[in-house]
Amino acid sequence: MSEQNDPHHGGTGHDHAPNEQDVHDSLNHIVSPVVYITVGTLLLILTATTAAVSFIDLGVFNAVVALFIACLKASIVVLFFMHVKYSSKLTKLTIFSGLFTFAVLIALTLSDYMTRAWGRW
Amino acid sequence: MSDSTVTVTGAHAEHEHPPYQRHHFASMEQQVDTTSFAMWLFLLTEIMFFGGLFTAYLIFRNWYYPAFVEASHQLSIKEGTANTAVLIVSSFTMAMGVWCAETRRRGALVLCLCLTFILGLVFLGIKYDEYHEKYEKHHVPGLHYSLKSFTDPASDPEVHNAYPDDKPLMPDMARHTEIYFGLYFAMTGMHALHMIIGISILAFMIFRARAGAYTTGHVTFVNNFGLYWHFVDIIWIFLYPLLYLISRHA
Repeated sequence: MSEQNDPHHGGTGHDHAPNEQDVHDSLNHIVSPVVYITVGTLLLILTATTAAVSFIDLGVFNAVVALFIACLKASIVVLFFMHVKYSSKLTKLTIFSGLFTFAVLIALTLSDYMTRAWGRW
Repeated sequence: MSDSTVTVTGAHAEHEHPPYQRHHFASMEQQVDTTSFAMWLFLLTEIMFFGGLFTAYLIFRNWYYPAFVEASHQLSIKEGTANTAVLIVSSFTMAMGVWCAETRRRGALVLCLCLTFILGLVFLGIKYDEYHEKYEKHHVPGLHYSLKSFTDPASDPEVHNAYPDDKPLMPDMARHTEIYFGLYFAMTGMHALHMIIGISILAFMIFRARAGAYTTGHVTFVNNFGLYWHFVDIIWIFLYPLLYLISRHA
């Protein structure tokens, strides 16, 4: 976004909407309704897609496709509805490190369970 | 000591700040950054919390795969998909609510919050219908849990017609369907609890918004509530494929 050339909030990632009455209004980047409508429609289309795909027998790929679409939808919600695309680097780094820690916990737990009692489950 | 007092007084005299800026923040920008950072930390703890349930589901589904597949065939994909759509639309109305607060549209903000509130109730209504069916079929874990649908699929004609390939399970595998429903109620129930908390906060916000509390330029509360509401939506975005979709052809 216009981080570099924003005179009021240089470098923090906050953007300035031109038609604002007051500087404090623009501390949060104001995302236009057009973005919300596009994103909302896209999410509904993805929901219809994932429901439709579940009626086709793809073997193991049913789960792969369903979870891939779920991750795609979640990313879209986080980036646009939750404004992370327009947020500060601190917020982005916080979310990334949280998700990374979560992935480590899942990976360690599963690597334990999956290597116990070989072939007995 | 006296030096610092002078600085603080001086700062106040020469620098106007809005009434909603707390005194321990140097600027409004710092306050906004801090509150949204704190909200994200809270949401990350929530991810860890739901993540434990998701991991348990993953492990048990691997262990008792046939039981989990047949148990998930009891869920209605129509109601699950409808609920997903309802939540996405409610996330959209909430996002529009944040926009209305930021652009100081009081009437539109109240409308958006009311729509979000109603869609939240619609979600819970559909969820209630699903829970009610589980209750009637004795698929709620506990003393009255019934294995009949799984040891004798033909006794459950509605599901049997939709999934004619489902074989009767041996009793020792069939009883693990109770674990599926235990996790189903734990995950969707915890999600529903988050919805109920969100709806209660929405009711409070509708009153405050009507009084003009969020259209003065101070949008932190609406913004952070929006983050919470979208987070609850994301949890459902993962519950929906895991519970309803991935076992349809297994």
